[in-house]
Amino acid sequence: MEVGTPAFTYPEPSPWPARLWRTGILLGTLLIAIPVLVVVASLLAGYSPAWQHLLSTVISDYVFNSIVLMLGVGLGTFSLGVSAAWLTAMCEFPGRRFFSWALLLPMAMPAYIMAYTYTGMLDYAGPVQTLLRDTFGWGFGDYWFPEIRSLGGAICMLSLVLYPYVYLLVRVAFLEQSTAVLEASRNLGKTPWQTLFLVGLPLARPAIAAGVSLALMETLADYGTVAYFGVSTFTTGIFRTWYGLGELQTAAQLAAFLLLFVFTLLILERRSRQRLRFHKTAVRDFPTRISLRGWRAALGFSVALMILLAGFLFPAAQLAVWGAANYLQIFDVRFLQLVSNSFMLAALASFCCLLLALLFGYGKRLYPGPAETAAVRVAGMGYAVPGTVIAVGVLIPFAWFDNTVDSLLRETLGISSGLLLSGTLIALVFAYVVRFLAVSLQTVESGLARIRPGIDESARSLGHSPLSILRRIHLPMLRGSVLTALLLVFVDVLKELPTTLILRPFNFNTLAVRAHELASDERLADAALPALAIVLIGLLPVILMSRSMPGPQESA
Amino acid sequence: MNSQLELQQVSIKYGEFTAVDAVTLTLEKGQIGCLLGPSGCGKTTLLRAIAGFEPITAGSIALRGTVISTPRRQLPPEQRKVGMVFQDFALFPHLDVRRNVGFGLSQLPPGKRRQRVEEMLDLVALAPYAGAFPHELSGGQQQRVALARALAPNPEILLLDEPFSSLDSELRTQLATEVRDLLKQNGVTAILVTHDQNEAFAMADQVSLLNHGRVAQSDTPYNLYHNPGNEFVAEFIGDGNMITVTVNAAGEMSDGLGVLDQGHPRWRAGEPMRLLVRPDDVIHDDSSDLQLRVVGKAFRGAHNLYDLLLPDGQHVPCLTPSHVDVALGSHLPVRFHLQHVVVFSANQG
Repeated sequence: MEVGTPAFTYPEPSPWPARLWRTGILLGTLLIAIPVLVVVASLLAGYSPAWQHLLSTVISDYVFNSIVLMLGVGLGTFSLGVSAAWLTAMCEFPGRRFFSWALLLPMAMPAYIMAYTYTGMLDYAGPVQTLLRDTFGWGFGDYWFPEIRSLGGAICMLSLVLYPYVYLLVRVAFLEQSTAVLEASRNLGKTPWQTLFLVGLPLARPAIAAGVSLALMETLADYGTVAYFGVSTFTTGIFRTWYGLGELQTAAQLAAFLLLFVFTLLILERRSRQRLRFHKTAVRDFPTRISLRGWRAALGFSVALMILLAGFLFPAAQLAVWGAANYLQIFDVRFLQLVSNSFMLAALASFCCLLLALLFGYGKRLYPGPAETAAVRVAGMGYAVPGTVIAVGVLIPFAWFDNTVDSLLRETLGISSGLLLSGTLIALVFAYVVRFLAVSLQTVESGLARIRPGIDESARSLGHSPLSILRRIHLPMLRGSVLTALLLVFVDVLKELPTTLILRPFNFNTLAVRAHELASDERLADAALPALAIVLIGLLPVILMSRSMPGPQESA
Repeated sequence: MNSQLELQQVSIKYGEFTAVDAVTLTLEKGQIGCLLGPSGCGKTTLLRAIAGFEPITAGSIALRGTVISTPRRQLPPEQRKVGMVFQDFALFPHLDVRRNVGFGLSQLPPGKRRQRVEEMLDLVALAPYAGAFPHELSGGQQQRVALARALAPNPEILLLDEPFSSLDSELRTQLATEVRDLLKQNGVTAILVTHDQNEAFAMADQVSLLNHGRVAQSDTPYNLYHNPGNEFVAEFIGDGNMITVTVNAAGEMSDGLGVLDQGHPRWRAGEPMRLLVRPDDVIHDDSSDLQLRVVGKAFRGAHNLYDLLLPDGQHVPCLTPSHVDVALGSHLPVRFHLQHVVVFSANQG
């Protein structure tokens, strides 16, 4: 076929939008990656004499405690999460529907708040021991009671608030197992229990592994619980090295070792999620649940109730009692200042996260290339990096920047610029964005994925420009995801303790920091009000999640 | 009591809704039966009741003379010695082919178990794939694994739930014949559930057509097609339209459609009747006086399928060779040639 001369020539599309997006994505990723790069690079820097001290004294404690903590929390979240998921997804018993969403409630409890609350409930003067003494007529020293402020206590606290990660993923895995596969096992001569262990659990293995590794990442990131219980781990070690010894470089090197653990988990989680694909069976057409009757129903109900009581209802009730008794003293201008500080920070950070997430999400959609995809993936890894690590990784480059500018100005103009970035809200918000970008990125990306390319194409063919499509189709369709992304980051920032502790401007307090300080001063009851505020706001995303919880033929 | 499977007045109700209504069926050893019917007719529910996944609300199910289901007591599925091939095959995605096939053999000692697995893999010609995982196999191979897995424990009866529905349409008929040969060679008693009559005809010795939970007719494929017992069967099996005709004493149909076989027992002169007209009952004939208007036409390669309008407004189908090419709206000369007359009294419903 001969090609004729075209009657019209169309202008070449301008290369600039693509370049702009691509540059934006790569620069954004680089910025996000700075803290981790700085921390990793610290391994190449010199090792101070403090290392001699660390190696000979505390480092073995850090490693040992961190490993025991991970083993314990791994086991705890596994058993709590899998039993909760199995009960609500595969069994039928009175209250199952209620428990399927209520068992998410512990997610609203930050582990450090659990720790203070349980300490208040279980220590010598607390209600539990008082009740025991009154009932049995015991006096001081007459009886043995487990010490909550211990490694074992920390394992319990973390397991109770982190099991929902396992629960959520494994529940979905159970619900997605096709009835036919389970029936095939029955048909081939296996009892329901044998079926659970031979088919149900093995099929859920990738989900279990993914859930447990998420819980363990949070465990490694935890500072508040272990600090309050006096358990030395990497996070408390980083703190002590920086605040106690003033060794920022050494703290960064410790943080790098912590990252080693984190990346192991990250790889484990990624690989499990990939394997989830192969374990997909046809979707269940209708749920066939094992009907629990009699004592089995009572047992199922009790197990679910115990988890809910221990993970949420008891501590929430204790906080409410303290809060009710003290709110007159606490609820004042200073408290309102705390609330407004926290909200302002959280709003700022969630807004920044959203903007970056939109930049990355749209960029990847409009100009999908290997470099962009990789960049977006790197930018989304912050959730795995503990807040302490990010904080140290922010402190070092910002201090370097301040010093460089300062000495430059001194030399040339003879004036001092002082601290430009360190100890400002900019540093804090930057650290939050690094840590929580993944949360909004994931939400925005899944929202964008719902707008299939066919929709864009049909709108284009109906005569709409890209801008008009953005306004009339994408924005309305994305609104839900955008709000979710804002809310999730908002709540995460509100709960975040170690990053805020390290990077906050002098005398700048938030709810989380204040709760931690009051609790550390043994003013547990006074800590209740800020803690309660965090928990109440923390309930919002849990409600959101419970509404979107999958489940055939049931509304949560 | 030699029947391999015996269903007596089996009913299954969900509250007010009756999914299966008083079904009685027997299947002899080595026979292949089929539950055929449109979706929602209760065929899958009945199959699941035989497997023990659905409780029955009335009647009884017996396997080799042993009652396995009554409304009061259901033997658990794992104790029934019933094999099942599931619609989506339901292979265990975390186990390789060898362990999928060996899953139901845990009561055998390891040596015997290995031997049986090898035997089954040879039977379905999958020995080279023993170490593969389900997601690495094609649809047809997965189907054979499912078959081998269900047959491995030597079940008293094999249930096949729409076993070909997730395969390509070209593969289906070929596989149906293959599976039938395999079952017949091994003397397996089996029940197939399907909505596809071609599959049913290719596989089964005895087909039970279900409608709204009831057996409309249970018969050989030949009889179902040529001697349908009621209008539902006549319309469901094969192509064709039911039309209302009146026949005079001489056996001539109204509208000059031709003459019916006078010996047919089911018609009486002057009374309206329902007559089944299949596409090959109406033949194109240029010498015929009967000219019918063409209102629909579908090109099917070697044939044209015409939709023709009778003077009284009823429609009849007509299959012609492809070269008989008439435009919509014009007339096609035809004559009626009813080889198997199927009529019902118009009052029947």
